[in-house]
Amino acid sequence: MPSMPERTETSVVVSPEQRPNSWGFGDGQAIPWEYAPAPEARDIVTLKERYGLFIGGRSVPAAGGATFTSIDPSTERPLADVAKASDVDVDKAVRAARRAQRRSWGQLSGRERAKYLFRISRILQERAREFAVLESMDSGKPIKESRDVDVPLAANHFWYYAGWADKLDYAFPGRVAKPLGVAAQIIPWNFPLLMLAWKIAPALAAGNTVILKPASTTPLSALLFADVCVQADLPPGTVNIVTGPGEIGMHLATHADVDKVAFTGSTEIGKKIGRGVAGSDKALTLELGGKAANIVFDDAPLDQAVEGIVNGIYFNQGEVCCAGSRLLVQESIAETLIDKLKDRLSTIRVGDPLDKNTDVGAINSKAQLEKITELVASGVAEGAELYQPACDLPERGYFFRPTLFTNVAQSHRIAREEIFGPVLSVLTFRTPDEAVEKANNTRYGLSAGVWTDKGSRILEMVSRMQAGVVWANTFNKFDPTSPFGGYKESGFGREGGMHGLHAYVRLEDR
Amino acid sequence: MAGTNGRNGRNGADSRIEVRKTYKLYIGGAFPRSESGRSYLVSTADGAPLANAVRSSRKDVRDAVRAAHGAFPGWSGKTAMNRGQVLYRVAELMEGRRDQFVSEVAAAEGLREARATEVVDRAIDRWVWYAGWADKITQILGSANPVAAPYFNFTIPEPTGIVGIVAPETSSLLGLVSRLAPPIVAGNTVVLLTSETRPLPAITLTEVLATSDVPGGVVNVLTGRKKELVPVLAAHEDVDGLDVWGVPDDLRVEVEQLAADDIKRLSRRPRGTADARFDWLDDRAAERPEWIAAFLEMKTVWHPIGV
Repeated sequence: MPSMPERTETSVVVSPEQRPNSWGFGDGQAIPWEYAPAPEARDIVTLKERYGLFIGGRSVPAAGGATFTSIDPSTERPLADVAKASDVDVDKAVRAARRAQRRSWGQLSGRERAKYLFRISRILQERAREFAVLESMDSGKPIKESRDVDVPLAANHFWYYAGWADKLDYAFPGRVAKPLGVAAQIIPWNFPLLMLAWKIAPALAAGNTVILKPASTTPLSALLFADVCVQADLPPGTVNIVTGPGEIGMHLATHADVDKVAFTGSTEIGKKIGRGVAGSDKALTLELGGKAANIVFDDAPLDQAVEGIVNGIYFNQGEVCCAGSRLLVQESIAETLIDKLKDRLSTIRVGDPLDKNTDVGAINSKAQLEKITELVASGVAEGAELYQPACDLPERGYFFRPTLFTNVAQSHRIAREEIFGPVLSVLTFRTPDEAVEKANNTRYGLSAGVWTDKGSRILEMVSRMQAGVVWANTFNKFDPTSPFGGYKESGFGREGGMHGLHAYVRLEDR
Repeated sequence: MAGTNGRNGRNGADSRIEVRKTYKLYIGGAFPRSESGRSYLVSTADGAPLANAVRSSRKDVRDAVRAAHGAFPGWSGKTAMNRGQVLYRVAELMEGRRDQFVSEVAAAEGLREARATEVVDRAIDRWVWYAGWADKITQILGSANPVAAPYFNFTIPEPTGIVGIVAPETSSLLGLVSRLAPPIVAGNTVVLLTSETRPLPAITLTEVLATSDVPGGVVNVLTGRKKELVPVLAAHEDVDGLDVWGVPDDLRVEVEQLAADDIKRLSRRPRGTADARFDWLDDRAAERPEWIAAFLEMKTVWHPIGV
């Protein structure tokens, strides 16, 4: 595929007077030293030429034999062919899940379910590097993150919910928790394995069986997970994985024999799914988009805040629903903070996801790169001031420079729309009231950040911000024990913690 | 309403003409008529005319939502204990009007007096049960989370915001109280559409609310045609959650689709439950902390330890 023409257009040459005051990392424009390549070996992953669907415990081709190709977004080269499911295959997967729920998985005691989930967690730990490398190849995320965040958190998630499987009575005092039945689960491409774990672990712990549909650009770690299910001797049909386009996701969500729908993805699709299940008795949880405000007060520890801001928006290329994409800085420190940020941006290493030094990897797909490019162009057109460090991008693959906009108005598209890319919009405020008003001035409400040394102010801001997760003096932290999910149009229901179980049970009188 | 005062019979020389009540709406703590000037005739369960109830309009729904919106910061900002005391006060004042509620429920639902008394008593007790939850639900639903890193991490429930309630059609008072108390004890403010065919006990309840310490706008009550009003409520973008218990079956798909357009939280009847057959006198079935949780948002907070 040809490389993106937009790339040269978005690379902005910054004039000397626009450069930040350096504190020693290279004049804000170029890293003054070279990093030797530190590639992670790919040979731990044995890619199959062709992957089937995982239905009833076996890998099967799609009914018509159709396939699609999953590519490595950092090289644009094909990785493998994957079965392209149709509605017929989805129906088959739902039947397999129903059968397992009635006859095998649904009949097991919590104690036995727990042991299977512990097994899965252990196998993920044992095969951690294989998963990390495959995840980075298929999604474009830096190996540093897949290795240290995605895969260990996924394993921990199974571990955490394993222990709940035989303790459900203690999670819902005075109630008996029964499984809902068959769960349809649709996940996005930004954290493929981790989102799989967030969906499957609590569902199985509560005694449900599942049909999981991974995103069409990142199916491979889910299909490798199918192998883990086989290794763990999980009863066939307990976990089913169907790969293919978005339409089969809608067919799955609205299938008459599905009791529960869990979706993570865009607010737009979330609304369609909500309409699709309207009037049915299906239980629904949605984890949707975000446009988080990250608020920095004048008494914040600035250097820590800079690290938190960078982690907040450039982690996983900014392809994070809870990314801190709107930086709200108190006016008195805005100049200093922006200088420090620009300087820090110059040390971010963009490139090969499999290189252990890489901070920002490849954008997940051509379509996503185009969306980011278009929104960044709108920021420039609407009058915001663009800043990008002068870093070299690889010749091939979908890459985008870490981007920072100053002079952003609340009405700008880059301050309102979820970009899902490494693009930070900086706004300023004078008083805490103004910060709260700007932070909440969005249809989203997934996450927020606040940076200040004053404890009482943290608690005040925490209680006034309409967001499901608030990070105080930190950002983008996740843990299986910690409930995650949105306010307002960022969705409803929680994943993680005791609260995550609630999405997969029906409560009855004792 | 049919005269119950019978000192000397209807036509006696010193007979007294009863003062009848005009049933109005309850919006923002006031008792307006509909801006539309419309009404509809309400009858007893066996068909005798009872009174004219207000047939609210779309504009009334919008006014009620605005009132609920205005009341939200104050109500959600009260201490939990204070909210509990306010709801308990509703029970106190209902107790004082017990006989009135008994005769109204008996007329509306066609119940014998003993049964109607049981229903009213249970409605009063239900306020007491939910009032007690105000300062406990956070401890039941909240959590301190042992994350695997040096952070203090906790989760607390907060009210969702403005909740629309489509009240049960059959149980005009007990069912309504059972659906109304949970969202407001949580700190939400409410726009409630009463039973279409049995709206009168709900209006009498608003007279109790107005004279208890429930601030104006926390509960707003409309009567009228569900077909006309429910879609307006479901589509209103300032309504954050919707209790669809009393939505007629033929409206349910449309209403839930409208609610999906801005990701409203829905609270539905338990699977397989029919409104007309639900036993509101069964405390185990009708008193549920989950119904409070239906309109609570969980907020998780992280803070580093040691740096």
